[in-house]
Amino acid sequence: MKIKHRVAIVGGGLAGLRAAIAAYDGGVQDVAIISQLPPVRSHSVAAAGGINGSLANHPDGRDDNWEKHAFDTIKGSDYLADQDAAEVLAREAVPVIVETEHWGCPFSRNEDGTIAQRPFGGAGFPRTCYAADKTGHALLHTLYQQVVKRGIKVYTEHLVLTLAVADGRAVGAVVMDIVSGEVGTVEADALLFATGGAGKIYAHSTNNLLNTGLGMAIAYWAGVPLKDMEFIQFHPTGLWGTNILMTEGCRGEGGYLVNNQGERFMARYAPKAMELGPRDIVARSILTEILEGRGFNQGGPGGGYVHLDLRHLGEAKINERLPEVREICKNFAGIDPVYQPIPVQPSQHYTMGGISTDINGATVLKGLYAAGECACVSVHGANRLGGNSLLDTIVFGKLAGQHMARFVAEQPLQGSVDKLLEEKKAEVERRFRELFDNPGTERESALRVELQQNMFHNVGIFRQADTLEAGLAKVRELRERYRNVKVHHTGRIYNMELIRAYELRGMLDVAEAIAAGALARKESRGSHARRDYPERDDQNFLKHTLAFHTPEGVRLDYSPVTITRFQPQARKY
Amino acid sequence: MKEFKLRVFRYDPEKDAQQHYETYTVPYREGMTVLEALLWVFENLDGSLAFRYSCREAICGSCAMYVSGSYRLACRVQVKDALEGDTVTVSPLPHMRVIKDLVVDQTKLWENYARVKPWLINDEPPPERERRQSPADRAKYNKEIDCILCGSCFSSCPSGANNDEYLGPHALNWANRFFVDTRDTADRERLEIVASEYGVFRCHTIFNCVEACPKHLNPTEAIQNLKKAAMAYKLGLRK
Ligand SMILES: Cc1cc2nc3c(=O)[nH]c(=O)nc-3n(C[C@H](O)[C@H](O)[C@H](O)COP(=O)(O)OP(=O)(O)OC[C@H]3O[C@@H](n4cnc5c(N)ncnc54)[C@H](O)[C@@H]3O)c2cc1C
Ligand code: SF4
Ligand code: FES
Repeated sequence: MKIKHRVAIVGGGLAGLRAAIAAYDGGVQDVAIISQLPPVRSHSVAAAGGINGSLANHPDGRDDNWEKHAFDTIKGSDYLADQDAAEVLAREAVPVIVETEHWGCPFSRNEDGTIAQRPFGGAGFPRTCYAADKTGHALLHTLYQQVVKRGIKVYTEHLVLTLAVADGRAVGAVVMDIVSGEVGTVEADALLFATGGAGKIYAHSTNNLLNTGLGMAIAYWAGVPLKDMEFIQFHPTGLWGTNILMTEGCRGEGGYLVNNQGERFMARYAPKAMELGPRDIVARSILTEILEGRGFNQGGPGGGYVHLDLRHLGEAKINERLPEVREICKNFAGIDPVYQPIPVQPSQHYTMGGISTDINGATVLKGLYAAGECACVSVHGANRLGGNSLLDTIVFGKLAGQHMARFVAEQPLQGSVDKLLEEKKAEVERRFRELFDNPGTERESALRVELQQNMFHNVGIFRQADTLEAGLAKVRELRERYRNVKVHHTGRIYNMELIRAYELRGMLDVAEAIAAGALARKESRGSHARRDYPERDDQNFLKHTLAFHTPEGVRLDYSPVTITRFQPQARKY
Repeated sequence: MKEFKLRVFRYDPEKDAQQHYETYTVPYREGMTVLEALLWVFENLDGSLAFRYSCREAICGSCAMYVSGSYRLACRVQVKDALEGDTVTVSPLPHMRVIKDLVVDQTKLWENYARVKPWLINDEPPPERERRQSPADRAKYNKEIDCILCGSCFSSCPSGANNDEYLGPHALNWANRFFVDTRDTADRERLEIVASEYGVFRCHTIFNCVEACPKHLNPTEAIQNLKKAAMAYKLGLRK
């Protein structure tokens, strides 16, 4: 199998689809999407609550504008976002959202026919556009429809395994057709990674089961730094038991958080914003309630929880605005939020960090771009606001696609890279053989569970030096034990065991970057909350962490944060 | 219940001469879903098992299967609701070519979907802001857009079983979604597609799709709506 296109987009989620459309509309007809999943099965489909843009459609949001959106984003990021990038995010929001509407995106509507908006955490105005509580599904299907319309080639169930780099330029990749098991090569003038987040490195994650962060690992192995990996978002309200997300829309529509005393405890932590504080603060507040004995199921299996109470919203509103939440609660927890409060606990949700890129999605490796959750532009800094991630995927997916179209026109590949691609392919096949022939007795699945538990407990919501050190040591121990992982099933066709074992290697390296970055950052900022350094330290840590891959493990470096118009202030809600 | 039996359809074209079932004993946990049971087997007993999954929350459409005699999303159906005696039986979607175990070939599903022009068509230059649409007009396609393209209806339809050129309930559901959207201007174009030899008139209103659909959609109703419009359109042509 030899795949060859001018532009190759790896990943069929929102960022990948938007980039493919932009590259195509930018004049490159020969664009292909290569994706582990059929596009509409990507993780983006699960996004629920909405997408931010200062449309000013809501009666309480008439004074909203992009500058206020940019400010909220930067404040929410605890001043770690690059402000030039956050400005682009906020300024482009209205046009890109309107564009998806023109493409048919089924947004919910106001009486006057405009796109409906709801309040979300950390935002000054109701700014979050929504399609009931299925916004990701609505957007992803709409973009896929545009891909089908353009006849853009999609290789589904194709997993990219490694990059090929010639003279400092990404020229292709090695890929496996999951269905046949055949390993082949991809050649392209430019590649974009839109491979999504790395949530499955953690236990208790809201993410889909395939978000292993393999794309981040592949870029990292190829010498591209990962930026700000220590910033992991914990969503306040994962459904207890399965950690399926209970969207922030629940609180946006007026839901309460209540402890075992019947108190709306957010009054203690964010007296003004209450339940609509930003995610990092609400998640820590919930965990504090649980740790101080005011949660339910204290010490019980599955961990403590608090209540998310929607009952006062009434059945009609719940059915109209939060139908999927009701459906999920009934099917996965056996409760009906119209009559019962929902048990929730903070759950891993989002990877703020990722493959370091500029505003055009370009990485330091020529020819390689990244966009969406796998990338770090950076607009989310130390804490992402709800509704800004969907926006990130389509704003920066679009910009990256447009830039790639110009890049491949100006700098097409010269000469043949066949030999290099064949070598890279042989390398992958050697790795597979090592996994099949390994005399060891370690199982991929057991190591994976240990990694997930370790990250949740030692590199989790509250952090401190000793647990972080233990967490990092554990990751390194697991990496040693990984050498003894054996893949028992040697068939080619749809070999899930082989894929998972390969992914695990990437998960371990990405986990090391997260834990090392967290240990080195001796301050508290956004989602990174250190008990031993409870204050933000702009003097020493108003800077991005860059993690580089070396044969010995991770090497850390730092880069400055771009500040344009908003000087860092204390963050109060 | 401490444990139960998971009886799984197996077929590996690389080594099996025949399709067969294999039965595993799985420890039960309250609330356990069939997908969790399959993953437990995969992780603890048999890494050669193949099945599709992704979101584990009934929204991505990956895991449609035939569970104890019904079309189900494996991630949503609970073991306790699928037990027949002490056994849950899991098979691939019927009438589709098996690639391996529970993984079936869905090429036709996607191809047929693309044939109905499943995108909004409106060639007028768009306004600077959103095209307005009243909540009532938005509600006209409220059901159709919930489709997750899981393929259950496609697999269940007898018209499709005899002829996979038949567009199928999923594709027609999407055709209707755009047909009723007030922003879409391509009614004629779409009616020509759905009124073709492989379109709505092959539907014999057997309602299997309604039964099979995990999102409680009613593709038959969508097809009936298109049928009516297609009839009127055809009669109009003859005038
Ligand atoms: C439950 C949930 C709800 C959310 N709700 C919201 C919300 O309301 N608002 C908001 O703004 N954000 C929300 N988010 C966040 C947001 O949904 C995601 O950050 C965003 O959808 C990521 O999109 P993406 O395109 O970057 O990646 P994804 O949608 O994850 O797509 C990644 C793609 O890459 C492919 N892929 C990965 N690795 C490889 C490889 N090695 N080879 C080939 N293909 C590969 C996958 O198959 C997939 O197609 C939510 C997140 C979760 C978990
Ligand atoms: S209509 Fe229902 S059964 Fe058919 S593909 Fe869509 S969700 Fe699946
Ligand atoms: S895994 Fe997504 S629908 Fe079941």
